[in-house]
Amino acid sequence: MSPENYLHLAALLFTIGACGVLVRRNAIVVFMCVELMLNAGNLALVAFSRMHGNLDGQIMAFFVMVVAAAEVVVGLAIIVMLYRSRHSASVDDASLMKL
Amino acid sequence: MSTLTALAAETTTSGGEAAQFWILAPIAVAGGLGTVLMRRAVHSALCLAGTMIILALFYLANGAYFLGVVQIVVYTGAVMMLFLFVLMLVGVSAADSLKETLKGQRLLAAACGLGLGILLIAGIGQASVGSFTGLAEANANGNVQGLASLLFTRYVVAFEVTGVLLTIAAVGATLLTHRERIERNKSQREQAEERVRSGEQLPPLPAPGVYARHNAVDIPGLLPDGRPSDLSVNPTLRERGQVREVHEQALADLAAIERRTAEYQGRAVTVTPPRRAGDAAPADTTTGAGDERAHDAERAERDNGRDNGPDAAGEEARR
Repeated sequence: MSPENYLHLAALLFTIGACGVLVRRNAIVVFMCVELMLNAGNLALVAFSRMHGNLDGQIMAFFVMVVAAAEVVVGLAIIVMLYRSRHSASVDDASLMKL
Repeated sequence: MSTLTALAAETTTSGGEAAQFWILAPIAVAGGLGTVLMRRAVHSALCLAGTMIILALFYLANGAYFLGVVQIVVYTGAVMMLFLFVLMLVGVSAADSLKETLKGQRLLAAACGLGLGILLIAGIGQASVGSFTGLAEANANGNVQGLASLLFTRYVVAFEVTGVLLTIAAVGATLLTHRERIERNKSQREQAEERVRSGEQLPPLPAPGVYARHNAVDIPGLLPDGRPSDLSVNPTLRERGQVREVHEQALADLAAIERRTAEYQGRAVTVTPPRRAGDAAPADTTTGAGDERAHDAERAERDNGRDNGPDAAGEEARR
């Protein structure tokens, strides 16, 4: 089995996540699809790390995880706030930055 | 640890790893597809959690032991549960409508996805990927130690900046979701007066269930004129479409009883016929009333028995 298999899987998951971001209208599901894309990127980074025999790829994946956690916290807070003011989590309804 | 490092150190992958990959990769892809295609957001979240756990297994297989554990603890443990919390806050029953708001959006999105996938796969094909070097050297002192020594030397600035980022995120989330109370709290008296003035339902809501026949919460109670009362059933059940209709026969029986009572007491018959009674209500009650009643009850019983079939789902939900 070559490293390409892992990269292909990562590419596939990334594509699925991107399609989800384009198609879904529930803001939370869109967010989950973004998470799926980030995870696919992480898988590629871990595979690269093993391919090249050093740990820098894993460090990158670690930072991606930290940034994703911060992003989720702020994003979900924004969704909760939007839901409070508009009573809907649909991205179609949020057409204005102003509340 | 030494056996684990030796395992991941191999430059050529073992047959076991290939088997693991070919079993788990389809499940991961199915989970990803489920995330996108499931209508209910909770199902999407669970599919995504499954995919993340499988990715954690892949990290472990690739010698990233620390990341594998962090993936399970932080991603599936914390982040996905945060998602579920917010889903519960926002309303778990809200399913996406399948109606397209933009014309041809799905088709275009699928085309874009296909294009992106082809581009990525072609890019990987173009690169000279070669084979695994293996992490034997890098993981020699243990994976966590190796990561730590890199993190606190070469990447120490990035590490500090991430710490600042996390602090800002925490403060930002608190700030965004915090709501300052501007007005004074209403006293109980003011609340009561407001409620009376607004003219909404003051006494307790009517109880569900048709007495002497059903007392289940998904059956609306009957008003004096025989109409089912909407107020007596929980709005959530009504929204989910899990309200069981009161059977026509029950309505007809009720109307018949009212009529008989009225006639017995010599009052004028003022009972309005129930909405959907049809012709089931017996018109004449002087002769063979008992027979008629027994017959009606029997028929209602039979109909109820027949109704139980399709309503099994509702009953299960109630339990």
